[in-house]
Amino acid sequence: MGLEQNEVSLEQIAILHNRFKQLSQNEETLRRDDLKTIQDLESNPIRYQIIEAFFDRRNFQKDGVGSVEEIGFEEFLTVMSYFRAPAHHITEEQREEIRRAKLRFLFNMHDTDNDGTITLEEYRHVVEELLSRSGALGRETAKGIADAAMLEVASISVGPMAPDEFYEGITFEHFLKILKGIEIETRMHIRFLNMDTAVFCKQHSV
Amino acid sequence: MVLNFNERSPFTFLMCVICIASLGYGANVMAFEPTSTSPSKLPPWSQVEDTDPDPDPGETTQAVFTLNYPRIQIPFEITLWVLLASFAKIGFHVYHKITVWVPESCLLISIGLIVGGIMHSLHEKPPAVLTSNAFFLYMLPPIVLDSGYFMPTRPFFENFGTVLWFAVVGTLWNSIGIGISLFAICQIEVFGVQDITLQENFLFASIISAVEPVAVLTVFEDISVHEQLYIVVFGECLFNDAVTVVLYNLFNHVAALEVVEAGDVFLDIGRFFVVGLGGTIFGALFGFVTAFTTRFTGKVREIEPLIIFLYSYLAYLIAELFAISSIMAIVICALTMKYYVEENVSQRSCTTIRHVIKMVGSVSETLIFFFLGVVTITTEHEWNWGYILFALLFALLWRGLGILVLTQIINPFRTIPFNFKDQFGLAYGGLRGAVSFALAFTLPDNIGRKDLFITGTIVVIIFTVFIQGITIRPLLKLMNVRKTNRNQETINDEIHKRLMEHTVAGIEDLCGQWSHYYWKDKFMKFNNRILRKILIRDNHPESSIVALYKKLELQNAMEVLDQMSGDISAAPSLISLHEERKNASKSRKKFLSSDVTNMHELLSKNMYKIRHRTVSYTNKHTLPDDITAREILMRRHTSLRRSLRAGSFHGTNAAKMSQKYFSLPMGRSLNSRFPPRRLVHAGDGDIESEINYSSIRHPQRVSSKAVMPLRPLNTLKEVASSVNTVDGQNEEQRGCRRSHLGSNVSRSGHLTSHLPHGSSRNCSDGDHDAWVEEPQNNSDVQHPLMRRPHWLPQKPHDK
Repeated sequence: MGLEQNEVSLEQIAILHNRFKQLSQNEETLRRDDLKTIQDLESNPIRYQIIEAFFDRRNFQKDGVGSVEEIGFEEFLTVMSYFRAPAHHITEEQREEIRRAKLRFLFNMHDTDNDGTITLEEYRHVVEELLSRSGALGRETAKGIADAAMLEVASISVGPMAPDEFYEGITFEHFLKILKGIEIETRMHIRFLNMDTAVFCKQHSV
Repeated sequence: MVLNFNERSPFTFLMCVICIASLGYGANVMAFEPTSTSPSKLPPWSQVEDTDPDPDPGETTQAVFTLNYPRIQIPFEITLWVLLASFAKIGFHVYHKITVWVPESCLLISIGLIVGGIMHSLHEKPPAVLTSNAFFLYMLPPIVLDSGYFMPTRPFFENFGTVLWFAVVGTLWNSIGIGISLFAICQIEVFGVQDITLQENFLFASIISAVEPVAVLTVFEDISVHEQLYIVVFGECLFNDAVTVVLYNLFNHVAALEVVEAGDVFLDIGRFFVVGLGGTIFGALFGFVTAFTTRFTGKVREIEPLIIFLYSYLAYLIAELFAISSIMAIVICALTMKYYVEENVSQRSCTTIRHVIKMVGSVSETLIFFFLGVVTITTEHEWNWGYILFALLFALLWRGLGILVLTQIINPFRTIPFNFKDQFGLAYGGLRGAVSFALAFTLPDNIGRKDLFITGTIVVIIFTVFIQGITIRPLLKLMNVRKTNRNQETINDEIHKRLMEHTVAGIEDLCGQWSHYYWKDKFMKFNNRILRKILIRDNHPESSIVALYKKLELQNAMEVLDQMSGDISAAPSLISLHEERKNASKSRKKFLSSDVTNMHELLSKNMYKIRHRTVSYTNKHTLPDDITAREILMRRHTSLRRSLRAGSFHGTNAAKMSQKYFSLPMGRSLNSRFPPRRLVHAGDGDIESEINYSSIRHPQRVSSKAVMPLRPLNTLKEVASSVNTVDGQNEEQRGCRRSHLGSNVSRSGHLTSHLPHGSSRNCSDGDHDAWVEEPQNNSDVQHPLMRRPHWLPQKPHDK
């Protein structure tokens, strides 16, 4: 992936390295369990997807498939770099590239079975997770919402369908199309600090 | 363009009214003046009354027809002025084209000028109502409350830093810059204004740096400028008022001093911060108290709006008491309480609150502009070419410079930096208005050159309002300022926005780096866990996804129902419709009136609940565009038969959207639980029943043609049945495909056949299940998105 466009500065890399060490308890590689113990992440509805994203080969290798059990710092950094803000003076093409990359990251989060399309089940899963924080909502509602969303995608990408057609799943192209309206740059962007905040992170229970 | 007769008559009527009113007013003023100057002396009118009977011995001492003007004088005059201003407003909108090109403030000033001209020719003086007290205590709070209440909160908080930056630092920059340059000008002898001290210059500068967003926001909204720019202009103007007032008071105080020491200056700066922060904290406090109070007003809905107003006003007054920024107090109060209050109060109260705030705010603003026009003609002006023209020049110059410099500084901190077009919009959109005028007019008399200042302010205001106000629209259009992407919000958008927020928050937690998402997340958690429990009556945490979903569903429903050329009756009248159809149906369950009211309440409550999400922009002069008008769908009368004609349905968006839902299998809605409210036990939580009632059952139409996407509401199950039967009959006649509305009623999820009398069968099935918890969708339910559906559309038998 185009790491050049999403560069982080040396200082920030050092800080992230510290954090990596802290998470992996000074080992060379990071495992899922290490990430699962982060306390702040507990209350995040999509924590599993996020954690999975770090171990998903598609995110750090071009044409990678499957997932790995443990990652090194390089992969950690690669995934982080998806959230770097684009530099101010980049061309339209580069901006489009970055946008694609970020959307690809999101797509991979949805598409857990790596088949290149987001099926209804997968989408439902995500929506349910998202809404699981909302309290008194039933699963049926979440399902309903996911269904409605799928149908939206279908109607936007494929147009009106014949009655006996059905919609296979969201491909990446459709995904791009439907999210055309959102400004990815601002939403998927972390301001990496130049200050070592590792000390402020809650010590996770081992 | 040629005026046709219809357009002409209101206009001439308007002019006549204005002339008469001002003449009448002029006559009244004669009675007014003696009263104001010598209250002890009886005004001429009543004097006449007293002395009149004497010369005429034939009459009784008690006059039959008396005229006691002085008694009603003050309220009468106020009413007359307000009425006049309102007529002016009505008059403008007669010509729609005018309001598009010329901002309303221009028109108001023009009318004011005309009235002023009339009064001047009659040698009358305008009423001395615009005193300092009247302005600060009565006229300003509504204006500010209006702005504060309708500020879109989410973009505001996202751009909070920028807004404050421009408001505070920008105003300071402007005031100080203009003040110093004017002082420099004053030193030049040729202009003859050497007597104006530095403090007075600063005072004047602070007055003319108060920016007024009204006209600009209207233009911005019309051309759909992007949200960032909109919110920055809006927010800047709002807080700029606060800063200006503080500076004004500061400089006022300072101007009175003969000698200014350095210590004083530091004290003043410190005071500035105290005032600002104090106002904010005060406002937040009052906001929470208001929210808390509304938690208990469940039984006394009538006073809910009153509480809101009282608390806001109280915040303002008490802030004035402590001489901290009352504008900040009332704005922050409105911002904090809005979120909680709108969940607590009833839908009617919510509408009332918005209406009243908008109304009073716009009346206040209108009056001030009106006075501006009147005063322009009728006061004694002190004209000094050099000073005034330079003031104008510097006002424009410093604003432009200020925006440029400040943007450069803050752009690196922004995620979406402002480009030059945005900056131009910001700078050029700095119109002066009501607040400037009022501040100038209420200058204390010990300022030597008060008249000059007033004249200067008026010139600046009129210039900016007329010239900039009229030209900003074509200019922005020409420059092609970044537009907003205000497409129809899709569910996918909302889902993914949320997804991204959580992802980013998660990654931030993961790598231990916190930026504003972290704080936002933390605040939302705090909000949900603590604040909402305390401040909101029925606390259902609701995701924005669900809210959007409900909104879209309801919109669909309303579109569909609107499409029907007939009206939709309230449920009771449906019962009568049932009776007409008795031949096709078996006995149906009648609606209990309590059920009906429950349904009405639930449905409206749902619509209410999601209403606040539909408004992102607000027009300064009109209320946010509600779809509340469509809430009357429940109350209108219908003849469903008429509306079911295939031809009456036009293939529009509703059709398109409803088509999407066509491929859902029968017996399955997007929201498939049903228990009516009264059967819901406490454990279930109200939200489920609400969802159920708002969900729209989709007809199991198979056709890709948009023939009859009837999607009656859940609540009107009986509608479904009746519609179905009527539908069936029509279809038999017309050979269209059937809609399986009846299947909505059948809850077991099984496929219903398409037999002509299947409807009645379905309904009877439905009857049994009518008030029972719906069994969950079974595995035999087809889902097109999962597998190919194997049921086929039934061919109508007369095809």
